[in-house]
Amino acid sequence: MWQRDGGQLFKKNFFFSFCVKRAVLRCLFVHFLLHSSYQLFVINPSFLCFRPALLREQHYQYLKKGLRHLSDAYECLDASRPWLCFWILHSLELLEEPIPTAVASDVCQFLARCQSPTGGFAGGPGQHAHLAPTYAAVNALCIIGTEEAYNVINREKLLDFLWSVKQPDGSFVMHVGGEVDVRSAYCAASVASLTNILTPKLFEDTTNWILSCQNWEGGLSGVPGLEAHGGYTFCGTAALVILGKEHMLDLKALLRWVVSRQMRFEGGFQGRCNKLVDGCYSFWQAGLLPLLHRALFKEGESELSRQRWMFEQQALQEYILLCCQNPAGGLLDKPGKSRDFYHTCYCLSGLSIAQHFGNMDLHHEMILGKEENRLAPTHPVYNICPEKVSQALQHFHRLPVPYENKPPGKADTAVKEPTVDRTQGCHYD
Amino acid sequence: MSGVEETLNESVDIKEDKEFDVEAEDHIGDDYFVDPTRYLFYRDRKEWADLEPVPQDDGPNPVVKIAYSEKFSDVYDYFRALLKNDERSDRAFALTAEAIELNAANYTVWHYRRVLLQALSKDLREEMRYITAIIEEQPKNYQVWHHRRMVVEWLNDPSEELEFIADILSQDAKNYHAWQHRQWVIQEYKLWDNELKFVENLLEDDVRNNSAWNQRHFVISHTTGFSDPAIVEREIQYCLSQIRKAPHNESAWNYLKGMLQDRGLSSPPGLLERVLELKETHCSPYLLAFLFDCYEDALENSNQKENVGEEERKDILRKALEICDLLANEKDTIRKEYWLFLGRSLENKSGSRGPSDKPPEPSDPASGQQEMS
Repeated sequence: MWQRDGGQLFKKNFFFSFCVKRAVLRCLFVHFLLHSSYQLFVINPSFLCFRPALLREQHYQYLKKGLRHLSDAYECLDASRPWLCFWILHSLELLEEPIPTAVASDVCQFLARCQSPTGGFAGGPGQHAHLAPTYAAVNALCIIGTEEAYNVINREKLLDFLWSVKQPDGSFVMHVGGEVDVRSAYCAASVASLTNILTPKLFEDTTNWILSCQNWEGGLSGVPGLEAHGGYTFCGTAALVILGKEHMLDLKALLRWVVSRQMRFEGGFQGRCNKLVDGCYSFWQAGLLPLLHRALFKEGESELSRQRWMFEQQALQEYILLCCQNPAGGLLDKPGKSRDFYHTCYCLSGLSIAQHFGNMDLHHEMILGKEENRLAPTHPVYNICPEKVSQALQHFHRLPVPYENKPPGKADTAVKEPTVDRTQGCHYD
Repeated sequence: MSGVEETLNESVDIKEDKEFDVEAEDHIGDDYFVDPTRYLFYRDRKEWADLEPVPQDDGPNPVVKIAYSEKFSDVYDYFRALLKNDERSDRAFALTAEAIELNAANYTVWHYRRVLLQALSKDLREEMRYITAIIEEQPKNYQVWHHRRMVVEWLNDPSEELEFIADILSQDAKNYHAWQHRQWVIQEYKLWDNELKFVENLLEDDVRNNSAWNQRHFVISHTTGFSDPAIVEREIQYCLSQIRKAPHNESAWNYLKGMLQDRGLSSPPGLLERVLELKETHCSPYLLAFLFDCYEDALENSNQKENVGEEERKDILRKALEICDLLANEKDTIRKEYWLFLGRSLENKSGSRGPSDKPPEPSDPASGQQEMS
């Protein structure tokens, strides 16, 4: 019996096992939505007997190749090459594929070329520093985790760079002369905490600015006033966790918002209310639940589960494994979309979140399908493996914080940046 | 991020520039006409002969090496040369447009273009026309919108903005960058007057447009605010009428709750009753969640009020827990873990059950590795 409401169709009676029907329906439903016709999903035999397989070997080959060579289709990411390093290296670490020493060293040397003489990392050699590739570069180097990798980072200059993008109202611009949004606070807090250059003064007023991004929906927006969005909500929340201020959010409202982003039919997450599912939100949205779990626990919440996150872990794994894998390797947004390294990284990160509950002390796994589908756990704040986080923290906390206060002579640069920044003009010699 | 690669096929498309033809020597001796629209690499242009191109320094063993087209490499080799010399010229300005066309996300190029706009006192009206065209082509890029904002600020002229953004939104009513720019313009230049009407039109087109619901909240909170009971009543009526038209529209329910939560959901008189009425004919998981929130709010407020008797409190708690169970087990099972948690949490807070009466955490097997089948 089919019920219709407001344009949505869903089936009430099931004739085969609950799991198979839900998975098949999931794919058919997504196809129906996308193609307005009942296209049959090409069902891989392993999916029919309902033990979906993570196509490890295919993903590995795709990633291994991409780490070296990318087609000209990637010209649009020419200002995001540290991101490509991070997406690929993180995907490989989740798959527990080792990075050959030579490759790791080559990545270090490349990222060193992306580092700006004035501090921070740029999207490519010779470009200006920007908080997003800075975040990606530091994460990539921490994944590599060798002395060579750690030594690439010029900590003093990195701190200079963070000061150079700090705004009087507590926010950060993404780059000198660039735009403000909550991603920048996360990027800054992430790199500052990992490399031990974080001082309270650097993040003065940042907490209040991030809090002002929580809106009537319960989630966070990119800047105050906008719609709540998964990517920005993750960035704002994770930044506050790093600053130790996550309790200042309305955690209950945030929790209600994020759990409501899981799609009841598809099993994956949408980025905003009333929008479509997308595999990358498997991390940005589902990744909030470990953060909130810990935050609520710290607030004295006694009724938290000791085995599960507060989202449907099985359904998310189904969505990723059944709908987001390209048979030739790589993962994607939803059926019909092309693969890319961004979606590969975040679908796998989300899959890891869905498979692993707990932390160092308490750990409970729920692996859908074969045991071989198991991924390494990922740290919900930094999205690199927890061991790499500890290792980096250990390394950098042996080093002194470069300095505490705002460097002298730093003007209060407002977002308006009409005149050229002379410090950027001469570093291509 | 999407659309970077070909679906399934990993064939590398060799970019063909049909206009490009380097074999001019073939025509020597013919009556031949030099086609001025033919594309020439910068390395072959006389006017650029004085500048030494700067190849990208990827190092001896590059990683994530992009197979740039010849055109791309050529343009960017010259961009790097300009940057190195900090050249402030019209030819530099023209080249930034080419570099942008090849990769509109290159924020270094955009920054340089802005430096040139100022240094060369370029016509900002023309720049507005340029950025309008670029945004129409690539509306989901951060840099293009930021650039437009800078130009509007320099001109101190927002007069084209609302219409322009409305046009972009007519193509994608949820474009986040467009809404961000719109909110900036409205706030900066105090252009509130017609925005509520604009929002209502969008909601007429698509009552499920969450961006429009957000804009509604934005306009009202920055103008009349939500303190005035008349405004609140108007908004409640608006929500309920949209809900009657489309009961499974989460945005409308979220807006209703979002608007009322600071003052308390039980504060508007008769709201609970109106929702209970709707439950009969227009039920949804969102309605039920709203009811739960009303009951929870009533319980919280009853802590302060002495006129709410123990019996009444127990009754409200019972109803709230009933809804939790209904949502967890039947109406909103994807959020089962969450609804069960809320139920346990509410029970615990209300202290109506002792520890010995607490139901065990439902359906959890012994801890340890578990394979799902």
